[in-house]
Amino acid sequence: MLLIPCPHCGPRAEIEFSYGGEAHIARPEEPDELTDQEWSDYVFMRRNPKGVVLERWVHAHGCRRWFNAARDTVTYEILAIYPMGQNPPELPEPRYL
Amino acid sequence: MNKRYSIFSLARNAYTRHEDWQEAWRSPAPKARYDAVIIGGGGHGLATAYYLAKLHGMTNIAVVERGWLGGGNTGRNTTIVRSNYLWDESAAIYEHAMKLWEGLSRELNYNVMFSQRGVLNLAHSPSDMREVQRRVYANRLNGIDSEILNAQQVKEFCPQIDLRGGGRYPVVGASLQRRGGTARHDAVAWGYARAADALGVDIIQECPVHGIKVVDGKVRGIETARGYIETPKVGIVVAGHSSVLAEMAGFRLPVQSMPLQALVSEPVKPTLDCVVMSGAVHAYVSQSDKGELVIGAGVDHYIGYGQRGSQQVPEETISAICELFPIFRRMRMMRQWGGIVDTCPDASPIIGKTPVEGIYINCGWGTGGFKATPGSGWVFAHTVACDEPHPLNAPFSLDRYRTGYLIDEHGAAAVAH
Amino acid sequence: MPQSFRLPEGGLIDRARSLRFTFDGRSFDGHPGDTLASALLANGVHLVARSFKYHRPRGIFSAGAEEPNALVQLGEDPRTDPNQRATQVELFDGLSAKAQHCWPSLEVDFNQVTSLASRLIPSGFYYKTFMWPSWKYFEGPIRRAAGLGKAPRLPDPDRYDKCFAHCDVLVVGGGPAGLAAALAAGRTGARVILVEQDNRLGGSLLSAPETQIEGAPSADWVREAEAELATLPEVKVLKRTTCFAYYDHNLLGLLEKVTDHYAPYDRPAELPRQRMWRVRAGHVILATGAIERPLVFRDNDRPGIMLASAASSYLNRWAVKPGSRAVVFTNNEGGYRAALDLKSRGVDLAAVIDLQLAAEGPLSRRARDEGIPIKTGYAVTGTSGHLRLKKVFVAPLDGAGKRVFGGGEPIEADLLVSSGGWNPTVHLFCQSKGTLEWDDSLACFRPDASMQRNQAVVGAANGTFGLSSVLVEAHAAALAAADAAGFSTGGEASTAPTSVEERDFLPMREIYLVPSIKPLGQGGKHFVDQQHDVTAADLLLAMREGYRSIEHVKRYTTTGMATDQGKTSNVAAIGIVAEHLGKTVPEVGVTTFRPPYTAVTFGAFAGRDVDDFLDPERTTPMHAWHRAHGAAFEDVGQWKRAWYYPQAGEDMAAAVNREVKAARDSVGILDASTLGKIEIRGPDAGVFLDRIYTNVFSTLKVGRARYGLMLKEDGMVFDDGVTTRLAEDRYLMTTTTGGAANVMSWLEEWLQTEWPDLKVYLTSVTEQWATMTISGPNARALLAELTELDLSTDSFPHMSMAEGEVAGVKARIFRISFTGELSYEINVPSRYGLAVWQALIRVGQKYAITPYGTEAMHVLRAEKGFIIVGQETDGSVTPLDLGMNWIVSKKKDFLGRRSLSRPDMLKADRKQLVGLLTEDGREVLPEGAQLVESNHDIRPPIPMVGHVTSSYWSPNCGQSIALALVKGGRDRMGERLYAALPDRTISCTVTEPLFFDKTGERLHG
Repeated sequence: MLLIPCPHCGPRAEIEFSYGGEAHIARPEEPDELTDQEWSDYVFMRRNPKGVVLERWVHAHGCRRWFNAARDTVTYEILAIYPMGQNPPELPEPRYL
Repeated sequence: MNKRYSIFSLARNAYTRHEDWQEAWRSPAPKARYDAVIIGGGGHGLATAYYLAKLHGMTNIAVVERGWLGGGNTGRNTTIVRSNYLWDESAAIYEHAMKLWEGLSRELNYNVMFSQRGVLNLAHSPSDMREVQRRVYANRLNGIDSEILNAQQVKEFCPQIDLRGGGRYPVVGASLQRRGGTARHDAVAWGYARAADALGVDIIQECPVHGIKVVDGKVRGIETARGYIETPKVGIVVAGHSSVLAEMAGFRLPVQSMPLQALVSEPVKPTLDCVVMSGAVHAYVSQSDKGELVIGAGVDHYIGYGQRGSQQVPEETISAICELFPIFRRMRMMRQWGGIVDTCPDASPIIGKTPVEGIYINCGWGTGGFKATPGSGWVFAHTVACDEPHPLNAPFSLDRYRTGYLIDEHGAAAVAH
Repeated sequence: MPQSFRLPEGGLIDRARSLRFTFDGRSFDGHPGDTLASALLANGVHLVARSFKYHRPRGIFSAGAEEPNALVQLGEDPRTDPNQRATQVELFDGLSAKAQHCWPSLEVDFNQVTSLASRLIPSGFYYKTFMWPSWKYFEGPIRRAAGLGKAPRLPDPDRYDKCFAHCDVLVVGGGPAGLAAALAAGRTGARVILVEQDNRLGGSLLSAPETQIEGAPSADWVREAEAELATLPEVKVLKRTTCFAYYDHNLLGLLEKVTDHYAPYDRPAELPRQRMWRVRAGHVILATGAIERPLVFRDNDRPGIMLASAASSYLNRWAVKPGSRAVVFTNNEGGYRAALDLKSRGVDLAAVIDLQLAAEGPLSRRARDEGIPIKTGYAVTGTSGHLRLKKVFVAPLDGAGKRVFGGGEPIEADLLVSSGGWNPTVHLFCQSKGTLEWDDSLACFRPDASMQRNQAVVGAANGTFGLSSVLVEAHAAALAAADAAGFSTGGEASTAPTSVEERDFLPMREIYLVPSIKPLGQGGKHFVDQQHDVTAADLLLAMREGYRSIEHVKRYTTTGMATDQGKTSNVAAIGIVAEHLGKTVPEVGVTTFRPPYTAVTFGAFAGRDVDDFLDPERTTPMHAWHRAHGAAFEDVGQWKRAWYYPQAGEDMAAAVNREVKAARDSVGILDASTLGKIEIRGPDAGVFLDRIYTNVFSTLKVGRARYGLMLKEDGMVFDDGVTTRLAEDRYLMTTTTGGAANVMSWLEEWLQTEWPDLKVYLTSVTEQWATMTISGPNARALLAELTELDLSTDSFPHMSMAEGEVAGVKARIFRISFTGELSYEINVPSRYGLAVWQALIRVGQKYAITPYGTEAMHVLRAEKGFIIVGQETDGSVTPLDLGMNWIVSKKKDFLGRRSLSRPDMLKADRKQLVGLLTEDGREVLPEGAQLVESNHDIRPPIPMVGHVTSSYWSPNCGQSIALALVKGGRDRMGERLYAALPDRTISCTVTEPLFFDKTGERLHG
């Protein structure tokens, strides 16, 4: 069970959080301008890296605030936490064994 | 063909102290060129190779596997086989698999211990029961054996269940597929490998793929740890790592790789003679031939390639099992583990062509992969050989996310496993 | 009965007290401090079990968690526990244990015929046969032959607890390394938890009484350390507690056996049987010690054969002679420690058989000085004795260690102990994804790199074997951990305890498979995994057949897959595989270490989350009234909702019919408190709702209400409900009962992540309001008796809201209807809910007010064709499919809109919502029934055109009604379809999904 550093409440157990999928996917401003393919990419297509993923979490059983995280999907190490709407910070190199 | 396995060959070899058994499969060096290469030596990949050779005459083919055969989800799953899916498209492909399962041991001359002990899907509320009825009625019209049981019939079929469900999740009924059951997971990979090898397929283990060469939108070959292999056709069947391989080939998939966990108890004498699943409490259980209770959980909800277990998942799952089976509370967990499942937005697989000519993908089975193994390999072999999906897998195209022709098994299946 | 193998003195047992226990029906005595294993050995009992496959007689092989053989069934149903390791079961008065997996008895087990047929059933035999005519004929007998102990047949009456704990430093293992670490960290003031699986601290020191620490017997040091730890307020010591798992981010699972060791009559009722701890540790120090490796020789499994260290433990810790005449078989110095122990405690030592060409260490020198016969360059080539070891055969070994010479010289012995070196207990380290390296000088795997942060492995677990080095290493690691956690030593020099450096087992002669006079597999068996009866010949067979990856070898032969998970067998198996394949041991590598270290009771995982506590139950303020009035309840999510209220003599159908009629004939009352309620506030609330719902809410007038649908981005209906504008900047949204939490999360997600510029605030108020709906032609008259509000349609029209008092309680009244009748939904603060409900019931008597439950509500809404999300929808249904185009705005964007114009959404043959009337109006279609176009009897697969989503007997229509989703349904009006059921076919006609009051005039009363 991960230990997730909520930016508002401090480190808390994973069971208090809900996962929000990939971060930095902006909803298209003019959906009608998009082709079906472009729209379906927005709705369904997500990065799925073996390595660092930028993703969203919400402290559902706590402050209920959303935030972004950079997490290594192999080691599960959380490399950074940053607010919604911000770009990811400089990240340390992932550690692979 | 290898020497056939039988009670007589066992006896003969006992006489020679088992010194003369042939290898189940060769360990050849990769050739410079194949007519097709299947990436992924799990059950689905090996089945694909077998059917390519057996039904489509493609014997100059190879299976490349980064580790050992059956080392991914094939060797980590809870081995449940059933075909009682709701939607016509799913029912058709899983039932096709079921029919192949029913003759698989003899087809492969390898005992995969397919055991049709019956699969119960429990209903705990009137709305669960409504879904059970919808599915059973649909199954029967699709030619799939499926029955509705009331609570008393559940108790008769599986006396170990506490119908009170601890008070919180009373059992009000169930669907039952008697032809459903379990199979020995490793044997499926090994059986297909041995049979494919006998037809001339090269099975190359410890051969990770580092790159896929694509020129003008057409595949030319693959870069592997054991050198470049030229091939006009590549089938990607690497549950858990589909996105990684797709990225090498230059296309994207709507797939997320999630951890899926399972556990077994210590072995005991027979105490549970069927498979019991409950969507409401997210748990399923059966007893292996060795005597272990094999228990599966729901999918963890974040991307994870860790292939390990966590603390809260067994806790939740075991609590649920203890609720349905208070007699199991003194049983003990012997081993827990995790696999990686590719999940699609509609909880149905993708089996078909890709934006790259000559590359075919078979992925996104989520928690349903093992039970589909023979059917998946069969339709995928057709797809690779004919450059066109079989009618059974045509609905499972990558394009369905664009058109909206989704096959959403989330809400539909009582349990998605 | 006398304990004839109990030594006259010594041992950590309480000789003053005797404990009576039974094994297989025979009574024995032991002492407090004994394990079941030590007590059995004290009574001369070695034979305790039969092996899994060949039913070979087996004895007690070890003195700890690594035990492969001595598994017994404890207790009687319902408190019976299969597969308990006798070496870890603490003896208590009245303990009763049975041998398992044998018939008719342990001594005479007919199943041993499998042993005779063993040549027919090598590893993997079942993959090669039982295919004809079908596996099903063979599976039953094979299942019955497998398994070990018996599962309980009655529900477990015991109670379990679980708890969380946090600490700065978690020390796993209470041996010398763990004690030194806990002391060093604890003295800094850091929060320390020390975990020890045994009932005593001390670890290996318990079996080595002559060891000195700080110039005194180690027992004194252990005692003082324990006493000091008890004085440190931030230190917690958990004994009888196994750290069974090491999960991500330094979360570790512990299982504490709280009362298992009490005699049944002494068990404190207030304590749980076991307690699970989930510890989140800042730093973890693994001091888990090492497990001795047995040597693999021919017939190495007989009762009377055990690990050398186990023999020392039985002699020293439990004062038990494990035999009368012993042979020690070793490949390293460690075996000589057992030899010296055996000799000094009065066991007749026949010989030390040493694989090494010469033994030149301090222990072997001492052994030689004491006149112990030593044969170096010799091997044990076999053993004899059926139920107990009788003879050991030895022969000289060639220089390469591949062959023995001669026929094997017999030595009479009833005890044979073997030592093949030590394996650091790296299980927890590997579970946490640390990697191993092979240490050539120690010939063992030891920890290399950690994946988890803030982790250290110390002592034997780290491959550090000299006691002095162990203490220094543990001390330093603990200080570093405490320092990193913010606890310094404050300048006070803290030093490690001092001891004599004793490195028992270096060097060693690495021979993983001891040769015999006959070829492997002939005339005897070299067991690698004793519990699963996997032999060296099996491993070689697997490799011959192409199963060469160590994972394939493991899975094909099942080596290491028994309840001991290969603690004594895995490295031997890897060594044998490596030798056969011409690889090195590290090239072959290890299989994955998985939790748990030792098996964990299911009940402890569940804790108190069982029965009523598995999941919370939510009830409304009027719940007690429903109960008192005989309601049957329906589970909707976590809520208990009144389903129907049967009166005397009524079945469900009669009750529902009565309730449904009443709501249309006079007035009914429904508890609707469970519907989700979300208050949406802020200047941008209207804009926000316009984006969420398919229709427009920003233009809604204050005091008016509107029904809305929300979609996911894929265009599929997700939830629905009525939203009312309470004020210019304030809306109250209602959601479905089951969807409330998801809708709240959905709204928050969009606000926080996509539209943070919108000034909107959300509050869930579901539980703040009690909601009761009165519905029916007399609803207005009833309400008028309890409120001053003007209820005329002009001032209080349909789809509007008014605030005022009802029965003297401030209320919000919504004139909205889910039944098609004149309805008022009265919301009062929760604490007044029951009082207002009772007032309505009391005053309503004159209108024969009838409480109705969710089932009647479903019938009433179906008569009007109103959908229920989750019943008419399943995540694959769009508003267009439901015929609700009228609610889909063309003028604005909203979530999911773009998806509605994808090609598949526009197809004419999509499933659409329609009504169905059965040809015979008395016949009610089953919900979920599938619809087909023809009633001719044809063979499956039969194309289905739709299914019944809702179906009821409608007393108001006087016939059955149903809603269905049907392909191209709106173009099929009047068409005949058939519900195809297993036993019959029901003919029905497609209609509009509206059955009652088609003009909608009843809404106005």
